[in-house]
Amino acid sequence: MEEKITLKINGMPVEVKKGTKILEAAKVLHIDIPHLCYHPDQRVKARCRICSVEVVGKKRLLAACATECWDGMEVFTDTKVVRDTQRGILQLIMADHEENCLTCPRNGNCVLQHLCSRFNVLRPNLTHVAESIPVKTTNPSLVHDPEKCVKCGRCIRVCKDVQGIEAIGFAGRSTGLKVTTPYEEEFNKTDCVLCGQCTVVCPVGALVEKDDTDRVLDAIFDPDKTVIVQTAPSVRVALGDAFGLPDGSIVTKKMVSALRMIGFDKVFDTNYGADLTITEEAGELIDRLKNNKTMPMTTSCCPAWVNFMEKHYPDKIAHLSTTKSPMAIFSAIAKTQYAKQENIASKNVFSVAIMPCIAKKYEAKRQELTQNGLFDTDAVITTRGLIKLIKYIGIDFNNLPESEFDNPMGESTGAGAIFGATGGVMEAALRTAYEWMTDKPMPTLEYTPVRGFEGIKEAQVEIGGHNLKIAVVHTLKNAALIMDKLRDGKCDYDFIEVMACPGGCVGGGGQPVTTTFAATKERIKALYTIDRSSKLRKSHENPYLKKLYAEFLEAPGSETAHKLLHTHYHAREKEFDFSK
Amino acid sequence: MQKINYITENFGKYDVFSIDSYMNIGGFQSLQKAIDMEGEDIAAVLSDAGIKGRGGAEYPMGRKWSQARAVKRPHHCVICNADEGETCTFKDRELITNDPFNLIEAMVIAGWAVNAEDGYIYMRAEYSHLRPRLINAIKQAKERGFLGKNILGTGWDYDVHLYSGAGAYVCGEGTALIRSIEGKAGRPRMKPPFMKQSGLFARPTCINNVESLSIVPHLLHDAVPYMQAGTKESIGTKMVSVGGNVNKPGVYEVPFGITVRDIVYGLAGGIQEDHKIRLIQFGGASGKISDDRILDISYSYEDFAKNNLIIGSGSILVIDERTSVIDFLRYTQDFFLHESCGQCTPCREGNRHIRIFLEKIKNGTYTDEDIQTMKTFARVMPMSSLCGLGETAQNALKSAFDVFPEVFASKTQTEAVG
Ligand SMILES: Cc1cc2nc3c(=O)[nH]c(=O)nc-3n(C[C@H](O)[C@H](O)[C@H](O)COP(=O)(O)O)c2cc1C
Ligand code: SF4
Repeated sequence: MEEKITLKINGMPVEVKKGTKILEAAKVLHIDIPHLCYHPDQRVKARCRICSVEVVGKKRLLAACATECWDGMEVFTDTKVVRDTQRGILQLIMADHEENCLTCPRNGNCVLQHLCSRFNVLRPNLTHVAESIPVKTTNPSLVHDPEKCVKCGRCIRVCKDVQGIEAIGFAGRSTGLKVTTPYEEEFNKTDCVLCGQCTVVCPVGALVEKDDTDRVLDAIFDPDKTVIVQTAPSVRVALGDAFGLPDGSIVTKKMVSALRMIGFDKVFDTNYGADLTITEEAGELIDRLKNNKTMPMTTSCCPAWVNFMEKHYPDKIAHLSTTKSPMAIFSAIAKTQYAKQENIASKNVFSVAIMPCIAKKYEAKRQELTQNGLFDTDAVITTRGLIKLIKYIGIDFNNLPESEFDNPMGESTGAGAIFGATGGVMEAALRTAYEWMTDKPMPTLEYTPVRGFEGIKEAQVEIGGHNLKIAVVHTLKNAALIMDKLRDGKCDYDFIEVMACPGGCVGGGGQPVTTTFAATKERIKALYTIDRSSKLRKSHENPYLKKLYAEFLEAPGSETAHKLLHTHYHAREKEFDFSK
Repeated sequence: MQKINYITENFGKYDVFSIDSYMNIGGFQSLQKAIDMEGEDIAAVLSDAGIKGRGGAEYPMGRKWSQARAVKRPHHCVICNADEGETCTFKDRELITNDPFNLIEAMVIAGWAVNAEDGYIYMRAEYSHLRPRLINAIKQAKERGFLGKNILGTGWDYDVHLYSGAGAYVCGEGTALIRSIEGKAGRPRMKPPFMKQSGLFARPTCINNVESLSIVPHLLHDAVPYMQAGTKESIGTKMVSVGGNVNKPGVYEVPFGITVRDIVYGLAGGIQEDHKIRLIQFGGASGKISDDRILDISYSYEDFAKNNLIIGSGSILVIDERTSVIDFLRYTQDFFLHESCGQCTPCREGNRHIRIFLEKIKNGTYTDEDIQTMKTFARVMPMSSLCGLGETAQNALKSAFDVFPEVFASKTQTEAVG
């Protein structure tokens, strides 16, 4: 039995579990104690101090995010001294803040902005002390604007505690304290893998993704371009967040309508690409197994994971599956077979990808993913970017009629959908590989050992005489554990799925800033719901895929397939190597 | 004038590089005594003597040791805080310079009393010239079996390690100090977890100031002279470091109860060129200030509390009339603006704005609203900062509001008067 305690907040009694923090206890009473550095998925930092509250019997104020409630505790969250303190802290932050709200990417969903409106912070009687600091932008994914930083440290925590990367940290002291990279280098010269988790947890506009929405709108109004769009599986279960819908709402069909209204010529589905990735990857797995090639094979659909391998485990790149990611595969087909079929010159197909990810922006700029000097994917927009586009057009999203994806590349299976969840790629691949190796469908399609939020999941699957050892990993901190084992020769898996972000792409670095583990879990459920309600649930059964193979690609792993659907990665120099 | 050599008893009496010389004057006999005592009884001796920590926070030392002992987790350690970063505070330097073996003996007794496996001395970078004598003392103590394995045949193993800081005042704060030893950036962390539960390398940790520790061997040797000195509520003696515009700045051991006048005009030889006193700050930069009205109060915890002052580290900074209150406050504020670790908002940003307000006052360009805003921040910043630095950084300013209200007078008023 959990021990319960009772305390009073603003005179109202509330019963909570022992160990509950004041801030969480207040939530039970529907009071939102202001906070900046607090994040429900992170260790307590207690550094912004804006959640300071009065506790009877204590001389000083206590940080509500850090202080555990005790039985009989009496808390006040709105006395004069609390208000002076909380508002004072806000004023102090604002005096050191570049007040460019109107032109800030986070205008409208900034935690600081919201707090200022709550506290009615009018122009304070403080000298403006903000200094201009150079912005870091020389990479395709991430923008760091330190002038907007409130030094809450959320980004540092996620980079260190979740991803284990530590590309950013605090440097300096006193008013010189700043969040920065080692030697203040640009991100591409650091350990950063551009996963973008920092942009999800940043409460303000200090760490944001590179915006590509303008380029997309320009293309839409370019008469020479046929602008096609693909949407990743995780976008449809997160987009609703921005429109006040419950976590994990499935808004696929409204999203399709919105994309048409934005002006895309064709609205396709990355899930189609995912089906193709699965088909090729399953083939690759069987080939590696049968022909004693490099094992274990690891997935390579997550671009932050690929960056991680290139930067941190360059000696293990041969383990990465050569199959391109769903986004890349989709675009490769779009610029070749689809262009041909529709009689459009490849250069006039403008391929846009809506992704829950900012590393995809980097992936799209890979030289490996070009044909005849043209990038396969022309622009990557995050879920957040899509929200901006919808708001720009002025679409009343919740009241939109529903509509269907275009064909052929809008057709997909349930296997393609679960790609967005940790364990999804593995489950999808198993469905196909099992069938190909045994000529029988998997006894149960829903392979639960790879489902769930656990960091590292292991299982063994009996397939046609092979005892396939598999592992499913999410977050790069966990991935490093597995890769270290591999380096030590103590890793006897056959197939490893890795997704860099917590929960997989549903918790991706391009998802709405409201993303939490709790929301991510709801999104995962939603993806499984989509799978369950799909008519087709195995990638290789996608009818348009079958047609594509028959008419264009011949067979999985064929020469054409290899040319178009596979790629290779290579070690990348880290200019600063602190690992030694 | 009362003169007493209790904590400083050994000063000049032995060769600080020779353990034999130290043992000739009775060195390590207190450790022998301690080994025959229960840790709890040692803590009781400290409690009976009413020793409050001499690092600044004035926490009862006996209680700290008893609480440390009570923590059931293994691998206890003891830290000697020799960071001595408070302005005008240099008594620990004198103790290490003149009596290093006594400090090592104290560290061993502390280790024994709280069941520690390791002791650490964290010494400020500016004292690195004192490293050789501490390293030598540790080495010789080890050679004699007062440190290392199976100390004095008890079966107890204990070592003392010396670490140097890198020059940050905030590293004198316990949690920043342990991070500094651990090789991390020296920034304080929130408590809990408390040091006694999870401190250095997540081990239960008991931290004390150099002076606090230095008293212990003397007390175990003969507590009587100490118990007879001082007042009822402030037993014993204290090391004070007097500086500023006095004729004889230096470290003096005084019995509690001596008047401030006797310290400043007696021991420290009065004010340079017979200037008048503008203000006195007690306990370092984080201490409070007063004017010469307090010269005749007694130097004791109780009288200081009554006069809204703190003894703290024991420093006494005397500023004469040649320096204005506002200049003094500006310098003090510069210190904190430089030394804040910067991680929490009230301290990082608050210090800088208070500094700006003080500048406006100095230049006469302030408004009444400025004064109000400054007073609000001087109040909320200590209420909400993460660590003791932010909590105490405005002590001087806040006491100045009371003692020197004219400095912060309303503009409209002054104009009306003028
Ligand atoms: C900012 C800051 C600086 C401090 N610096 C010192 C110091 O230099 N030396 C010291 O002994 N204590 C210092 N302290 C106090 C220590 O945190 C701690 O209370 C003390 O070392 C405990 O020993 P004591 O009980 O024997 O005084 C400092 C505290 C703060 C908040
Ligand atoms: S009060 Fe100052 S020194 Fe202490 S944690 Fe906060 S910023 Fe750092």
